[in-house]
Amino acid sequence: MIASLLMTLPEEILGTAALLLMLVAAWGGPGATRAISWTSVAALVGAGIALFGAASSGGDAYDGLYRADAFAAFAKVLIYIASGVSILLAPNFFQRTAGDDLRPEYPVLILLSATGMGMMVSAGDLLTLYVGLELQSLAAYVLASFMRRDTRSAEAGLKYFVLGALASGILLYGISLVYGFSGTTLFSSIATAYGAGHSMGLTFGLVFVFAGLAFKISAVPFHMWTPDVYEGAPTPVTAFFASAPKVAAMAMAVRVAVEAMGPATDQWRQIVIFASLASIIFGAVAAIGQTNIKRLLAYSSINNVGFALVGLAAGTAEGVSAVLVYMTIYVAMTLGSFLIVLQMRDAEGQPVETIASLAGLSKTRPWLALGLATFMFSLAGIPPLFGFYAKFAVFWAAVNAGLFPFAVVGIAASVIGAYYYLRIVKTMYFDDAAPAFAPSEDRIEGGLIAVAALFVSPLGYLAIPLLGAWSLTAAKALF
Amino acid sequence: MSGFPILSVMLAVPAVAAIACLFLSANGARWLALIATLIDLALGIMLWAQFDIGGAQWQFQEFHPLFGKFGYALGIDGFALLLIMLSVFLMPICIGASWVAIEKRVQEYMCAFLVTELLMIGTFAAQDLFLFYIFFEAGLIPMYLIIGVWGGANRIYASYKFFLYTLLGSVVMFIAMLWMAQFAHTTSIPQLLNTDFPVHVQTWLWLAFFASFAVKMPMWPFHTWLPDAHVQAPTAGSVILAGVLLKLGGYGFLRFSLPMFPEASAQLGWLIFGLSAVAVIYTSLVALVQSDMKKLIAYSSVAHMAIVTIGLFAFNRQGIEGAMMVMLGHGLVSGALFLCVGVIYDRLHTREIDRYGGLAINMPRYALFFMVFTIASVGLPGTSNFVGEFLSLAGVYQVSTWITFLCTTGIILGAAYMLYLYRRVVFGELTKDDVRAMPDLSLREIALLAPIAAAVLWMGVYPESFLAPMRNDVATLTARIDRAKPAGDSLPTAGHGPVATVEAAK
Repeated sequence: MIASLLMTLPEEILGTAALLLMLVAAWGGPGATRAISWTSVAALVGAGIALFGAASSGGDAYDGLYRADAFAAFAKVLIYIASGVSILLAPNFFQRTAGDDLRPEYPVLILLSATGMGMMVSAGDLLTLYVGLELQSLAAYVLASFMRRDTRSAEAGLKYFVLGALASGILLYGISLVYGFSGTTLFSSIATAYGAGHSMGLTFGLVFVFAGLAFKISAVPFHMWTPDVYEGAPTPVTAFFASAPKVAAMAMAVRVAVEAMGPATDQWRQIVIFASLASIIFGAVAAIGQTNIKRLLAYSSINNVGFALVGLAAGTAEGVSAVLVYMTIYVAMTLGSFLIVLQMRDAEGQPVETIASLAGLSKTRPWLALGLATFMFSLAGIPPLFGFYAKFAVFWAAVNAGLFPFAVVGIAASVIGAYYYLRIVKTMYFDDAAPAFAPSEDRIEGGLIAVAALFVSPLGYLAIPLLGAWSLTAAKALF
Repeated sequence: MSGFPILSVMLAVPAVAAIACLFLSANGARWLALIATLIDLALGIMLWAQFDIGGAQWQFQEFHPLFGKFGYALGIDGFALLLIMLSVFLMPICIGASWVAIEKRVQEYMCAFLVTELLMIGTFAAQDLFLFYIFFEAGLIPMYLIIGVWGGANRIYASYKFFLYTLLGSVVMFIAMLWMAQFAHTTSIPQLLNTDFPVHVQTWLWLAFFASFAVKMPMWPFHTWLPDAHVQAPTAGSVILAGVLLKLGGYGFLRFSLPMFPEASAQLGWLIFGLSAVAVIYTSLVALVQSDMKKLIAYSSVAHMAIVTIGLFAFNRQGIEGAMMVMLGHGLVSGALFLCVGVIYDRLHTREIDRYGGLAINMPRYALFFMVFTIASVGLPGTSNFVGEFLSLAGVYQVSTWITFLCTTGIILGAAYMLYLYRRVVFGELTKDDVRAMPDLSLREIALLAPIAAAVLWMGVYPESFLAPMRNDVATLTARIDRAKPAGDSLPTAGHGPVATVEAAK
């Protein structure tokens, strides 16, 4: 029991911190937001430190319901970083936009969501997985509608809730089928059932589980909610949605696919390949017509999920390691892009979201433009930026797994994506200057942009030995 | 000096200078860029001086297994040495050409140029498949910005076309590279050069590389991005585009397609020959009717590049040496011609040929330099292009007399359009008042053109300096591809008399 508690230490820290801070928020009111935000970040850091102990190498906790392995630790580090950044970048935005300060529930909700995500990536059982997923999602629904006076935000929250509930239903249906035909919800026993022989019921369960997972990672054809929610939600929340839950859902999908359904790789590989190619192509084509930068980044995230799935389709340790590398680089690129979107505001300080307002940014705010150009070229996968290595790693794994035709289509389709990223660079560098954005005094945001930009710049290649070894250790924990 | 990582230093100098440029004033950035490119030129000269002709195939090697799946591997042979020299030689000239012509956003412009230099040297020096790809592909970003920000009226269309066209070609090559790395279990280019790929796969790999290099080269009918990009780019952008970036395609054929896929190269030689023959005649005719000077020179580039490709795929020593010489000669001559156009464009702000005339009267020095480069472009003996074109065509003659016949007409057409251009711009009556008011070359402009003119004449008079460094590499290459050599239709027979004059004096 003590061993199990030690293995779940990060979740305990986050959960306890969230509950305590909720009480503080109830009594302290809006005045306590600042302290709560910093305490929340401290709790995330504490949870991160706790990962160094039994939480990353302990093995099974609670009789296999929960797994504390290197894979979970890797995903959790990304989740905590992304959650921390989402808390840090929020206060300024709400102060300027909503007219009143950030409500103290915001960091608390993010902590709760992070707890849920930790459970998702550590789940060794379908029920743990489901509970974690719901904890994460419920917090996220509230976050999406956090600007109560803004109808778009309310609409985003409602849409997210209804569609998320539908997805949970599909997933739960799949889980019940798997349980019904295998007699267990434990991943290791499910794997035995899949290995025992072909069963139509189990195959149906697999299809429904993957449909539910595809919803959560917003892979085509279950992506419809993404652009609307991303556009409507407050920008810091959108940054959060595009980073931490994406990593968590992707890591969860990888774990379910490999650990629970590994023997049925040939069955789910078709689904993953279809979802991957459809996401890459649809994400790229649909983004071309967008005029709102947040919608564009939503389609870009769909496109990126497609590339990350290429690594999963390989179904090897190398492929899983590539998925983790991809998600690491993706988190840096996407958080960096959203941090820059946060700087887009007119002279009165109100946020602007049209791509046209970026015109001539390279003249009015050269460093900001350079940063966004770096992220865009990186998202497009143009070397020498680090985004190229992310794509390189997943396609390398796919080719090594013998999926050559799949890699060919995927790589060729990446050219379509380059077009709309280029359009942003063109708007910033080639067009005549639009009215300048209000200057930013926030050092934290500027510093975070610089860190993200340096990470995706060619300097990022220096991190490859470390990143490669660590992600491979993490991936091997699943095999 | 052994152990001194000279290639890494040549990469580091422009990298550091490029970042520093962003923090300086406009004038500071100009001087820093000039100094950095001159340092690289000095390093390049040192590289050439220390290059052991007849020594090991790969020299100045550096290797650090930095990136997991691929390594940071640098090293050069004779081909790479000469192309690096071309890059570092043209770069200070480009900076000089933009000294007054570029007035807005000078810091970023200089930064983009220095990054381009870094990437070009990196492409030629890379000894790892994926390192090569990174350098090769990354060149798109600065060129996209150079065309788009500092280009002419229709620059946005041209920049998109340039970027997406070349990207599409390159990703196809990337797919082939993934397959090769997996098949050979190595990403080292020297090892891949000695890997025999299965013949039936070679065709596909060859076509994938062809997709990339044919666009970069550019070969007809993939050349349509070039006239747009050239016309819209600033003068120095055109110089670097024509001078060095077009050589990436030829270098790619030489480094990858020929030695790695010799059988496929032989089988698909007809494709190269056919496209090249069409290119020589068609683009020469198109050049004849251009009214825009830059477009005319851009089309002439396509024709010259076709001579490179037929030389390469002749599978013999003359052809390959000739192709390399044409690449070097064309890099210098077309770069210089773009500079010549830039000189009068800076004065009158138009590239319309009809707006000029009679420049020989008020700009005699200009007329002289323009004349040197015009006859060099035509390929008169004593200039660089003669050596290259003669060797190339002599090489191809052994394989296909018909292709030689067709391509030689291109030389005649080349003389036609270049002399026609020269006559309309420089000769004739000096009737237009604004043209009469144009001053002759300034010292700065002479300083830009004179070194190129000297190099062009040097190559024409004593080509041995340039043939010697690559002689061993050509021998290695021909030995490698000899097994797939196609049978020629010219049936040359051995001579009977003494042929003493042909042998170079040792």
